[in-house]
Amino acid sequence: MISGTFNPSMILSILPEISILVLGFLVLFFDLFLSKEHHDKLGWITAGGLGVIIIGCLLVIRPNESVLQTFAFGGMIRYDWMGFTFKMLFLFSAAITAMFAMGMEKIGKRGEFYLLMLASTIGMCLMASAADLIMLYLAIETTSIPLYILAGFITQDEKSTEAGFKYLLFGAMTSAILLYGFSLLYGFTGTTQIYKISNIIQSGGIPTELSFGVLILVIVGFAFKISAVPLHFWAPDVYEGAPTPVAGFLSTASKAAGFSVLLRVLLIAFPEILPYWSAFLVAISTLTMTIGNLLALTQKNIKRMLAYSSIAHAGYALIGLGSITYDSFFGMSSVVFYLIAYVITNLAAFGVVAAFGRVSGSDDIAAYAGLSRRSPALALAMLVAFLSLAGMPPFGGFVVKFIVFAAAVQANLIWLAVVGVLNSIIGLYYYLTVLKVVYLYRSEDEEKPLPIPRSYSLALGVLVTGILLIGIVMAPWLNLSIKSVVSLF
Amino acid sequence: MDFISSHLLTFILFSPVIAAVIIFLLPKEQENLIRWAALVLSLFPLAFTIILWCGFDRSLAGFQYQESFVWYPAINSSFHVGVDGISLTMVLLTTLLTPVSILASFSIKDRIKSYMILFFLLEMGMLGVFLALDLLIFFVFWEFGLVPMYFLINQWGSEKGEREIWGGKKIPARTYASFKFMLYTMAGSLGLLLAIQMIGVVANTFDLPTLYRVWPTLDKPLFGLSISTVKSIAFWAFTIAFAIKVPVWPFHTWLPDAHTEAPTAGSMILAGVLLKLGAYGFLRFVLPLYPAESNYYAGALGFLAVMAIIFGAFASYGQSDFKRLVAYSSVNHMGFVVLGIAAAAHASGTENANIAMNGAVLQMFNHGLSAAGMFFLVGVIYERTHTRNLNDFGGLFPLVPVYGGILIFTSMASLGLPGLNGFISEFLVVRGSWPVFTVYTALAMIGLLFTGAYILRGLKQVLHGPLNEQWIGHLTEINTREIVVMAPLMILMLWIGVWPAWILDVINRAVAILF
Amino acid sequence: MQFPILSVIVFTPIVAGLLILMIPADRKTEVRVTALAASTFALLLSIWAYFSYDVSAGGYQFVEKVSWLPQLGISYHVGLDGMNAPLLLLTGVVMFTGVLISWGIDDRPREFFAFLFILATGVFGVFVTLDLFMLFFFYEIAVFPMYLLISIWGWKETREYAAMKLTLYLFIGSVIAMVGALAMYFTAGMKTFDMLELEKAGFSIAFQQLWFPFVFLGFGVLGGIWPFHNWSPDGHVAAPTAVSMFHAGVLMKLGAFAALRVGVMLLPEGAKFWMGGVICLTLVNVVYGAFIASVQNDFKYVIGFSSVSHMGLVLMGFATLTKTGLIGSGIQMFSHGVMTALFFAVVGMVYDQAHTRDIPHLGGFRKYMPLVAVAFIVGGLVSMGMPGFSGFVAEFPIFMGVWQSYPWVALIAAVSIVITASYIIRVIGRVFFGQLPEEFEGHIHDVTVLDKVALVFLSAILIILGVFPGIMVPMVQSGVENVMRLLGGA
Repeated sequence: MISGTFNPSMILSILPEISILVLGFLVLFFDLFLSKEHHDKLGWITAGGLGVIIIGCLLVIRPNESVLQTFAFGGMIRYDWMGFTFKMLFLFSAAITAMFAMGMEKIGKRGEFYLLMLASTIGMCLMASAADLIMLYLAIETTSIPLYILAGFITQDEKSTEAGFKYLLFGAMTSAILLYGFSLLYGFTGTTQIYKISNIIQSGGIPTELSFGVLILVIVGFAFKISAVPLHFWAPDVYEGAPTPVAGFLSTASKAAGFSVLLRVLLIAFPEILPYWSAFLVAISTLTMTIGNLLALTQKNIKRMLAYSSIAHAGYALIGLGSITYDSFFGMSSVVFYLIAYVITNLAAFGVVAAFGRVSGSDDIAAYAGLSRRSPALALAMLVAFLSLAGMPPFGGFVVKFIVFAAAVQANLIWLAVVGVLNSIIGLYYYLTVLKVVYLYRSEDEEKPLPIPRSYSLALGVLVTGILLIGIVMAPWLNLSIKSVVSLF
Repeated sequence: MDFISSHLLTFILFSPVIAAVIIFLLPKEQENLIRWAALVLSLFPLAFTIILWCGFDRSLAGFQYQESFVWYPAINSSFHVGVDGISLTMVLLTTLLTPVSILASFSIKDRIKSYMILFFLLEMGMLGVFLALDLLIFFVFWEFGLVPMYFLINQWGSEKGEREIWGGKKIPARTYASFKFMLYTMAGSLGLLLAIQMIGVVANTFDLPTLYRVWPTLDKPLFGLSISTVKSIAFWAFTIAFAIKVPVWPFHTWLPDAHTEAPTAGSMILAGVLLKLGAYGFLRFVLPLYPAESNYYAGALGFLAVMAIIFGAFASYGQSDFKRLVAYSSVNHMGFVVLGIAAAAHASGTENANIAMNGAVLQMFNHGLSAAGMFFLVGVIYERTHTRNLNDFGGLFPLVPVYGGILIFTSMASLGLPGLNGFISEFLVVRGSWPVFTVYTALAMIGLLFTGAYILRGLKQVLHGPLNEQWIGHLTEINTREIVVMAPLMILMLWIGVWPAWILDVINRAVAILF
Repeated sequence: MQFPILSVIVFTPIVAGLLILMIPADRKTEVRVTALAASTFALLLSIWAYFSYDVSAGGYQFVEKVSWLPQLGISYHVGLDGMNAPLLLLTGVVMFTGVLISWGIDDRPREFFAFLFILATGVFGVFVTLDLFMLFFFYEIAVFPMYLLISIWGWKETREYAAMKLTLYLFIGSVIAMVGALAMYFTAGMKTFDMLELEKAGFSIAFQQLWFPFVFLGFGVLGGIWPFHNWSPDGHVAAPTAVSMFHAGVLMKLGAFAALRVGVMLLPEGAKFWMGGVICLTLVNVVYGAFIASVQNDFKYVIGFSSVSHMGLVLMGFATLTKTGLIGSGIQMFSHGVMTALFFAVVGMVYDQAHTRDIPHLGGFRKYMPLVAVAFIVGGLVSMGMPGFSGFVAEFPIFMGVWQSYPWVALIAAVSIVITASYIIRVIGRVFFGQLPEEFEGHIHDVTVLDKVALVFLSAILIILGVFPGIMVPMVQSGVENVMRLLGGA
């Protein structure tokens, strides 16, 4: 099945990555040759290009039945629905982020910003489909390094610099641990092919404790990416300091990438010790959502609050991961579904924050007073995004939470579902607190209009539509999620 | 015509509602139009009742003119109405007193439209109680009648007077009185309501004729209690509700307040009809549904009745307020009704019982006439003098001879002067209960003595003695409208006193069948 | 294919809400007219649905079923039966009158009506849905606009606190019930959320006994069951008039109704096991609620606690598990809904003029707003269970049901009737009669024509139902027979 020879059809499996690369060169080209005053077009080029790529991929390289589940490039890449779904998600978030970035004064006109973002997107796409530990590690680094720079992109701003540096330090440390785990794994099994590890562990008689120990090292690496407790400390500081679109990108695409890898590695490489890692993940999940939610309660800065809320959401997604059973695809698909909805919703939340922050220059929750009078449309978008995060119908957040809790109940983890449920109530509390400020409080600035650039309107419109679509027309999305997890095996 | 005669009771019952609706549609400013329209409309129920009276077949047993259709299917309750001699008498009393009271209310100036509407609703409530042959329907009207009465007292009651309630706070007396009236009666009805619910649950029907057969013969234990205990409790629930309404001592304290504060016409209806509801309840529900318990507890009831007679008389004697005096006299007179009922219950099946019962029912009718008359006369003088204090009057007879004559006539009827109606009924009651409750009846006779005393005292203080000079020139003679109000009452008082057979005939048939 | 009347009813408000959001913010009149048109349309449709329901045939009618999430067996499945038809009508009525009453709202009416209509869609949805998942879906839709409506347009003093308290209470209740629903789904193993299917799942007795309290009390929170009733008076008081009407009139029914649909109907054995306990809780509701209401000085708190007391009666009727009791509850839900809507409308009108709700400071309003006084009296009489009004025809069977199952409870609960009478009379006397305080002289005006229409409409319903219970009883009875069938004909 895995062959080392090159086959032209393999190109299809990395067509998105190639296209992004091309787009990156285009951006660079325009950056050089466009006059300064037209530099704000760069964002449209990036976003438009990504949109074209998405449409193109959907039309051309959708994994159809004939080429389903094939390995490419000597087993480095696996070409399946799982990878494809996540790639589309990354491309989508990159496009949206580009649109948000456009409106930001300090980053929107700089070609290198878009280039770095695209580079990082390439890394994520590879993460989603990597089937080999080496490939995986490379992909992770390709993702991370541009992100470090993006987080510290505004060099004049101390906070931004600090964010970039902090992110770098944490990232470097955890990726070292991850690499250590990978090397141990290679040492024990003699292979870096994820799909072969399982067999070897089974036949090679590697003690369960040992493989579990290795697995913990690996999980640490990913836990950083998905900002699970106890490796969540970086998130609030980085989100706060980084430019808002970057924070949005970090909290969505990057997190989803972490989950996509986690799913593949855990399910494919370590099926034998499922009870161990699922128990471990359940514990992490409980901690993550509880701590995330509790800390979010006290935040005064909306980006910090969203950071903690995104930690909590990682916890909810981990409920699905901890509830995985091999009897049904329910637990696994619930994670994928959760991520789809979460990415779209959280992008919208950060989008609103960006749109507000670029005018008011403040990220304090208190500054949002009177927003519903200044811009009813933006307030409404915020309402939709936050209520979806809180898990209210008819928004996407409700359906996916329902399904994640259902997965927990199905796995007989009723207590976990109850913990999740109680957590979502805490979540509701702080989301409502923000909405209260938006809708209820008056402010002196409320007469000032709040201009919203076209790119923001478009992006937020797309996101709100997406949130509603997921919440109301659920069947296709769940189908997609199921198709993705089925294709893993 | 056929249609009317087959739905006669429905017509009687709901013609007041139609009247209320018509009044509602009249313009608020046309006060005279409203008054006359109300009077004319109130004659319709009376006319229907007279048709009913004439068409009523005295020789037949049981209920006549019955109508029934399903009202509340899920719990087997039907709108079932019918009349026998007892209810027919009461219906006549009600439909007669209503036009009289409306005529008496012509002097009301404040919000006459709402007043008249409430009055018609009140009439409907009372008629419904007398006509209902379904326990639930009965209760519906029983409770419903409270509402208009409450507002009549609360809104059109006497404007003077304050009452101190807890905490030293002062509230208008009419507010106090109406609240007390409402709360007493509702609290009393509560037990009734619960008992009705229980009967409904056990018997699965509210139809009275059916219950007459089913309920007294029930002998299975209920709710883990023996059937006799359950029935005793239910009996007392019924009894207390009705006793409050009558009112029997010691449940009477709401009455003087309510009467005193109510507007004149309100007092007339209150004393004339509303008090009869309680007594009627005894006759229609308590005795037939609980023959054994009534028999067993008749002594207690008789005792309460005697206390009501004696204390009512004493209290009446002690009043300096003319209206309160008349109010307590109602306690006194209604005591005879209850005494008659108690005696009949104790000796059911005997001739004594029959006589006592006839007396009780007739006393209900008579008291309706005389109490209404008395309250009206108090109202007449109050409107002119704006005082009810007996000490402020004195020697008025020369100033208002016609009024004085009427007052004396009515008082004598109330006192039980032979030749007038009161004598007939009280005699019958005493005659019937003497062999049954000799001691009680003897005590009641002492009460009767005081009845004479307080009525004469009242007459003396108002009409005789030295003339209170301040009224000269201020006190005007009773006017034509007021005489027209009194005329039908006085005619009936005299008529029954002289020839009671026409009404006793109707009553007796029903009573004979009942027991 | 027949006309999808239920779907049209359910989605009319939300479509109208979205349309309203598209109207420019300063075109307030257009916003109001659109709202009125939409609510009239929904009302007419619900009247039509109510009266074209064929009682003799019974069962679920106007059924629509569209598969929605086939992987989990979720479908959009709606139907009308004797239990929910009155509630559908109730929602239509309250929505219509709520819009009339809210005509005067001047602060962002566009958002107000939009949120109110989203809420209405949720309410309609819960009542007609036959799918467990959809029930939660609509339930949450009904809950969250409440937060905004109260916190934005509510009474300044307590609105933030009350709105948050209400939302969290209700959310906790619903998510706990949701866990129970998930447990049912997986235990049944039928791969369906369809309640008609789940009714046949045959859960083990132990399972039913374990999960019943979670489900019943989870929904019971919204029904105002003691000791989880605390959110309700605060919420009522803080909410703007129309929202109080919706809240007490319809939303609390939502909880009770869902407790019946999911708790009692899907877990009948659990219901039989726990009902003794539930009836004790509801008894506290009934008596304690009435008592607390009687010592309040705030006009709106009086009504708020009276709702707690009356909703206790609804749940008590359920808890009897008898046919009569359930019929009574069914009617009480409708009657109380209309009554309390009327009450809150009146309170709102008084407050708008007096700017205080402190009962000792009010008085004499009859003189300037006679119709309002009459309407309140009608509501008061309904509230104290006066015969001839709808409250009586509702409470009477409930008490009969209680007699059948727990005679002693009936005796205690009856105390509440007297307490209710006393506080209602007190409020009527204090607020509408007596002396008008001097500071109001010249400031008090009669209410608008629209307000009058709303009041007359609501009062008329209460009286008509009280005089002719036959227009609703057979329908509720047919619904209750279905419940009794699930309870094993007990």
